[in-house]
Amino acid sequence: MKYIDEYRDPELARLLLAELGRVTTRPWTLMEVCGGQTNTIVRQGIDELLPGGIEMIHGPGCPVCVTPLEVLDRAMAIAATPGTILTSFGDMLRVPGSRTDLLAQRARGADVRIVYSPMDAVTLARDNPDRQVVFLAVGFETTAPANAMAVLHAAALGITNFSVLVSHVLVPPAMTAVLRAPGCRVQGFLAAGHVCAVMGWSEYEPLAEQFRVPIVVTGFEPLDLLEGILMTVRQLEQGRHEVENQYARAVRRDGNTAARAAIRRVFRVTDRAWRGIGTIPDSGLTLTDEFAAFDARRRFDVGRLVVREHPDCVAGDILTGAKTPLDCAAYGTTCTPRTPLGAPMVSAEGTCAAYYTAGRRQEDRHASR
Amino acid sequence: MCLGIPGRVAEIDQEDGLRVGTVDFGGVRKRVCLAYAPEAAVGDYVIVHVGFAISVVDAAEAQRTLAVLRAMGDVLERELGP
Amino acid sequence: MRHVDPATGTCPAPVPETERVLLGHGSGGRLSAELIGRVLVPALGAAAPGGPLEDAAVVEVGESDLALSTDAYVVDPLFFPGGDIGSMAVHGTVNDLAMRAAMPVALTVAYVVEEGLPLPVLRSVAESAGEAAVAAGVPIVSGDTKVVGRGAADRLFVITAGLGRRLPGVAPSVAAARPGDAILLSGPIGAHGVTVLSTREGLGFEADLVSDSRPLHRLVAAMVAAGGDAVHALRDPTRGGLASALNEIAAASGVGAEIDERALPVPEPVRAACEMLGLDPAYVANEGCLVAFVAAERADAVLAAMRDRPEGAQAVRIGTACDDGPVVVRTAVGSRRVLDVLLGEQLPRIC
Repeated sequence: MKYIDEYRDPELARLLLAELGRVTTRPWTLMEVCGGQTNTIVRQGIDELLPGGIEMIHGPGCPVCVTPLEVLDRAMAIAATPGTILTSFGDMLRVPGSRTDLLAQRARGADVRIVYSPMDAVTLARDNPDRQVVFLAVGFETTAPANAMAVLHAAALGITNFSVLVSHVLVPPAMTAVLRAPGCRVQGFLAAGHVCAVMGWSEYEPLAEQFRVPIVVTGFEPLDLLEGILMTVRQLEQGRHEVENQYARAVRRDGNTAARAAIRRVFRVTDRAWRGIGTIPDSGLTLTDEFAAFDARRRFDVGRLVVREHPDCVAGDILTGAKTPLDCAAYGTTCTPRTPLGAPMVSAEGTCAAYYTAGRRQEDRHASR
Repeated sequence: MCLGIPGRVAEIDQEDGLRVGTVDFGGVRKRVCLAYAPEAAVGDYVIVHVGFAISVVDAAEAQRTLAVLRAMGDVLERELGP
Repeated sequence: MRHVDPATGTCPAPVPETERVLLGHGSGGRLSAELIGRVLVPALGAAAPGGPLEDAAVVEVGESDLALSTDAYVVDPLFFPGGDIGSMAVHGTVNDLAMRAAMPVALTVAYVVEEGLPLPVLRSVAESAGEAAVAAGVPIVSGDTKVVGRGAADRLFVITAGLGRRLPGVAPSVAAARPGDAILLSGPIGAHGVTVLSTREGLGFEADLVSDSRPLHRLVAAMVAAGGDAVHALRDPTRGGLASALNEIAAASGVGAEIDERALPVPEPVRAACEMLGLDPAYVANEGCLVAFVAAERADAVLAAMRDRPEGAQAVRIGTACDDGPVVVRTAVGSRRVLDVLLGEQLPRIC
């Protein structure tokens, strides 16, 4: 596949690793913000090939993992409402709420369907005029334009049986929260390439300046990640803290103006709770008043939700890199991928889940530090 | 987060007043909303995320990235010897 | 070295649901294994089979060395490019027998039909099953038909049994792989699963692709002729895909495996669809390929014999069995990761 295969060339990967080894003079701790990048790093084992001392911390950039319990519990309650079709990206079906997940809701008779695009949910609403179709609109800035267009399109077509349960999150406030967290070890960031394809990168410049961290907008293929890591390390080695763009083939400085305009029209910025981290001011998107009619929160009265997050989980410290899973009493005992207590164990790409499946246990603690 | 893959725009038309098109990903074709890629023409590659083109691939930049990497190889070879 | 789970498409793990059957229990993954191991087999009490779970059971009747298998087929849509539920039922059952080096002697086919199914649909499926049986050289000797009320079944289910006679001198078993065995794959992976997926509402896409559904017993006969008892273990990687089949053999045999990612034959459209949906081809269902663990010294001969058959024309060696440990993939950039079993169904993802 063009624009994928070229960036998976093992020979060039070896070159990048050699160059990285050449420029690295001391240990550095970097964070890739995006779950998609975590996925490539973990699947390709890139972190194991990095020169000694370069540590990758997996960031909070998995919208699935950071979706608050309250939203999940609300989605389950809406799904259980007769006459409803709850639609979602496949990722969301296994996320545990306080008591259950959407797959289990489906087994109990709820009509829960996976869609590839929010536009498919609009089509479903058009084809099923006697049912309420709800789309669980999660994701970062990358997904927001698609969800905005679904709302705009439903409005244009006069489709009244479609609504969205919005839990959009924004990357820069999350990075700020990571940097402000006590004990933050992150010295440089790989910024999320597809978020920047939509938003551009100018909003990262104040961050780089204020916290004196290099930020490199990075793509998703192995060579992209290796080059992004190399560019970040070069900046650190040279004492620079700039915003650079490794992913120039897809990302322009101002992002995608049409997509940003649609986001601005349909959504407004709001405070948002992040699972495992807590509420971050101005870190999410919610529907503007103009489109409030499409808000599933208003359309469905599901009563008072009693949300319970597990008290033993130290997800916030894990996500900021302040603690490793081995510092957590619940890790590997009450908290496993099968019975996750929090976000880093919920997401198979989360740090705790990665540790667990790698067979790292408490007793290895001294060896691993 | 944000799985997006490049595909080639094979055709462009309108549907319900929206700019849409068929995008070919190496033998798989999918209808994609092109509302956010007004500049995309047939033959261009676009990055598609959840059924939307979010960016048109800049072929020159793509080439440049690879050229930089290959050039790095030449430098390394000279430095490290054959 | 450190193993990291790619955890493709398993973001995130489910809450254990103990009270109801989930779709994931039928996925061929860990949930399926738990359902069989903790509920279904123990429920059989003294009637339960001993030993590892095989594609087909070996039954000794007097002097005859027979293999017996049963299978249920549920597929949406009933007709897909490259096959349908009728031909797939015949191929799947023939293949389950073939994985024990048994040539099919007789099949039975039962239909569970939902009231309201258009008769031409049933006729077409039945004719397709018949044609597939003729082409495989096996009679369908018995059958049954039940009709249930509208909504009590999804259009049409097909249940089969297969009886086979085992080839002399070989006894391939999921538990018989040895360290050092070459791991051979008879053809490209993922075509069936992606073809079926392409028809799904809400995911639909057009693909230059047909299901690989086909019988493999003649391929097995050729492999046995070339390799004899060097053919240690065979599995057709249906539900759960290649990764699950490798893990089943590794676990039952007490061996590990190292697979070279770059050697895995993945057709371009399969790769494209998997990239698009965030799936891993290694977990996608197949209906017309097999994975074999063969003693290293006979591997080349067996591979050559496979390539002489049309259904094995693209056979490749994908890796080697090792002493122990998990199934590991050597990635394109030279690192290694564990190729684990999925918990439940592989879901399309955006992350």
